[in-house]
Amino acid sequence: MRYLPLTPDDRSAMLAAIGAKSIDDLFVDVPEAARREGFVDLPRVAGELQVERALGAMAGRNVAAGSVPFFCGAGAYKHHVPATVDHVIQRSEFLTSYTPYQPEIAQGTLQYLYEFQTQVANLTGMPVANASLYDGSTAMAEGVLMATRVTRRNKAVISGGVHPHYVAATETVVHAVGVETQVLPAAVDAEADVIAQIGPDTACVVVQTPNVFGTATDVTKIAEAAHAAGALLIVVVTEAVSMGLLKSPGEMGADIVAAEGQSIGNALNFGGPYVGLFACREKLIRQMPGRLTGETVDADGERGFVLTLSTREQHIRRDKATSNICTNSGLCTLAFTIHMSLLGETGLRRLALLNHEAAVKTRDALAAIPGVEVLTPRFFNEFAVRLPKPASEVVERLAEKRILAGVPYGRLAPAAGMDDVLLVAATEITTDADIATLKSALAEVL
Amino acid sequence: MSTMNTVGRPTTPNAVGHDYKHPTLTGGRGLLQDEHLIFESDGWGKTGVDLPEPKADGSDLGDLVRRDPIGLPGLSEPEAMRHYVRLSQKNHAIDLAIYPLGSCTMKHNPRLNEKMARLPGFSDIHPLQPQSTVQGALELMDQLAHWLKTLTGMPAVALSPKAGAHGELCGLMAIRAAHRAAGHGLRSDKPRNKVLVPTSAHGTNPATAAFVGYQVVEIAQTEDGRVDIKDLEAKLGDDVAAIMVTNPNTCGLFERDILEISRLTHEAGAYFYCDGANFNAIVGRVRPGDLGVDAMHINLHKTFSTPHGGGGPGAGPVVLSEALAPFAPAPWVVSGEDGFRLEEFAEGEAAQAFGRLCAFHGQMGMYVRALSYMMSHGSDGLRQVAEDAVLNANYIKARLSDLMSAAFPEGPCMHEALFDDEWLKGTDVTTLDFAKAMIDEGFHPMTMYFPLVVHGAMLIEPTETESKQELDRFIEAMRALAQAAKAGDVERFKGAPFHAPLRRLDETRAARQPVLRWTAPEGSNIAAE
Repeated sequence: MRYLPLTPDDRSAMLAAIGAKSIDDLFVDVPEAARREGFVDLPRVAGELQVERALGAMAGRNVAAGSVPFFCGAGAYKHHVPATVDHVIQRSEFLTSYTPYQPEIAQGTLQYLYEFQTQVANLTGMPVANASLYDGSTAMAEGVLMATRVTRRNKAVISGGVHPHYVAATETVVHAVGVETQVLPAAVDAEADVIAQIGPDTACVVVQTPNVFGTATDVTKIAEAAHAAGALLIVVVTEAVSMGLLKSPGEMGADIVAAEGQSIGNALNFGGPYVGLFACREKLIRQMPGRLTGETVDADGERGFVLTLSTREQHIRRDKATSNICTNSGLCTLAFTIHMSLLGETGLRRLALLNHEAAVKTRDALAAIPGVEVLTPRFFNEFAVRLPKPASEVVERLAEKRILAGVPYGRLAPAAGMDDVLLVAATEITTDADIATLKSALAEVL
Repeated sequence: MSTMNTVGRPTTPNAVGHDYKHPTLTGGRGLLQDEHLIFESDGWGKTGVDLPEPKADGSDLGDLVRRDPIGLPGLSEPEAMRHYVRLSQKNHAIDLAIYPLGSCTMKHNPRLNEKMARLPGFSDIHPLQPQSTVQGALELMDQLAHWLKTLTGMPAVALSPKAGAHGELCGLMAIRAAHRAAGHGLRSDKPRNKVLVPTSAHGTNPATAAFVGYQVVEIAQTEDGRVDIKDLEAKLGDDVAAIMVTNPNTCGLFERDILEISRLTHEAGAYFYCDGANFNAIVGRVRPGDLGVDAMHINLHKTFSTPHGGGGPGAGPVVLSEALAPFAPAPWVVSGEDGFRLEEFAEGEAAQAFGRLCAFHGQMGMYVRALSYMMSHGSDGLRQVAEDAVLNANYIKARLSDLMSAAFPEGPCMHEALFDDEWLKGTDVTTLDFAKAMIDEGFHPMTMYFPLVVHGAMLIEPTETESKQELDRFIEAMRALAQAAKAGDVERFKGAPFHAPLRRLDETRAARQPVLRWTAPEGSNIAAE
């Protein structure tokens, strides 16, 4: 087997050095009833070629986004990723290293994490950011839990514009620890409705901008209302590129930002691995979940970086930790930070405008189709339309024509009674030809 | 050839300056470059991505538009490459040398897996595309589930947890849901509100149990490093929801009484959660299902070789027993006559599902890598993996036990060898000092001070992908260092590392005055925030 270096002679010599007669001697502690002789019922060893053929065949049965006109978003976006990104993240020193527990020989990882934290803090307009969580949805759940620790209150008010998967992932976890949630009905443009629900027991208000329908909202007034009642404002962002054009959550008064960073540097990957961005106000850092990298000096006074404030974490605090998270999204943060370093502010702003431009063009094209109603009033790169037919049916018909037209809202929330709503996203990869193809095909199937 | 060098002078060592030691003038050292932060570059306003000039200006968005500077420097492509390559050279990596971090399973990461995960049919598909357009992806998930279930002897698997700790959360939430369904929820009249955890457990175990609302009760350990059955029996009762046992345990030992442990647990009406972090030691030889396990997470980034990537991404699918399977979270793949289908909601027959753990379907990129790894090995190769991992660890233990003190000298260990610091007594060298001196010799230290039950613990896990030659090189280095410590060469240890990119770092200062981000020096005109 090509990954196993020991030869039969090595094995014999090593068993002799140990003083064992056979390998079975080393498994004597396994109760006899649980020992398995022979091989389990699965295929035997396979060469690279065989594995490539088998997996290649499976891959070939999927329609890749890059091979068709593509308009899916709803929390996962297709952007162009510079070649440098994928090259660097495959360098052995990054790919095959562990969590930087020995900082003297992990400065590469620690420095990029420090740079990543600074980029995320600046992008979200927040004072501090951590070294990532699993994804945007788990970041939101951690944000709600953190807000309950900070405020010692027990209820989260969640806007109807938050991605239904995010709400489900959050409720699953926070209900388990007895935190109450109040989720407002799904609505295209009603983030401010949360204000009326804030009460003395509210730990936090959760809003998303741009929301799942694409609507961008200035949440400043919501922040003021939350703060006046002693609650925190959590802002969820599922499309990180939007912060290159829209006011940052920090500028609008967010206390915690839970965002999905997939858009920058990371592929679609059928939903994972992605990278959860998590940022907050400075006074809250000791209640933050996840790993943090901090600056310090070595014995010679040289600047260096270490994992820090680990007294919040499970390996020290065990059952009193702020979160149970251990492994996070290491390599996805590297992809994010490289792409962001290449873009810089100039590139990010330009990229964001190109996204907006493509979405406006797409909106204008679809709005011209009889029977199509555009629902989203202000958007970044995604908007919702109401169709005269069930959106899932339309999407299937268009998929048969090799067009991935968007995400039916009903797929995310079947009970919301919005089966005729389609979420349509466009990015810098969207061409005028793609838009024209979508327009004529959609007009045809309606 | 002298013509290769225009000066034509072959270099030879000089007699002068032979013993001259000095810091360099620039901070660089040979191939090791001193690298500033991107924020300290002159890249403000620069970009390394050529994009067309946008026609939109965002004016349709009015006051929503971000006006202030964001604070993001840009680098051209060559600058970016240098920056990250320079940083990379300050990292230890499996591809460089043995990485014997106990309980982390730092094995070789096959490049075929990387190639497969990057096939556009896997990497360039959207999680919410029509299911008719991702049949191959669903088939891959179904295949992965089949391999995991077969290897563990368990009837069901929840794929979506994103790492080991997330898998623990998944398993405990399934257990909680099952108890609630039976009328023993946390807020019922007869709550099962305790989780028993051995003192040697990973920190994530008690953290997860507490997170889910359970009271954590520790179980004592016997002198030979196993769960104390008597203590377990005394603590099991109708208020216990589950036990969380790692097997092989974090001392690198197989729990000999595991069948008894699971029998007692089930008799008490509790569930057996197994931390599968150490599955690498037994894959292909022992099926957790045969041990009475009800739930076990599998770290695909340990046993199944998906890269650790400097701390993730991982993946932590959880195999489940018949009793817990109905409570598995959404989504899951169902295969039918007309292909594969992804069930995304708890409804109908799946109404007992405890919810959803994350947006979308979990770590697809890791699923592809893990399946590529499993298919490559096959059932025969995977059994050999366990055998070689255990052989390598025992070889290290056998060859170091005369100089260092094995924590549990009697009998074989499994995939990792545990030493304590008894042998360092009187040397003035600590486990930490010893670890830092290993760095100078070119090795990544073993796991230190874990498990907590062993004083000054040194937990060495070589994995099966180390050759005998590399093991011998490691062993010789460890022996030389042990002898130096015993010979009183204390300076070598106290000041170590001397040869790493940095000397020992001040972690106390970092925690006391946290500096978690770069900020522009006062008086500079760089706009950040």
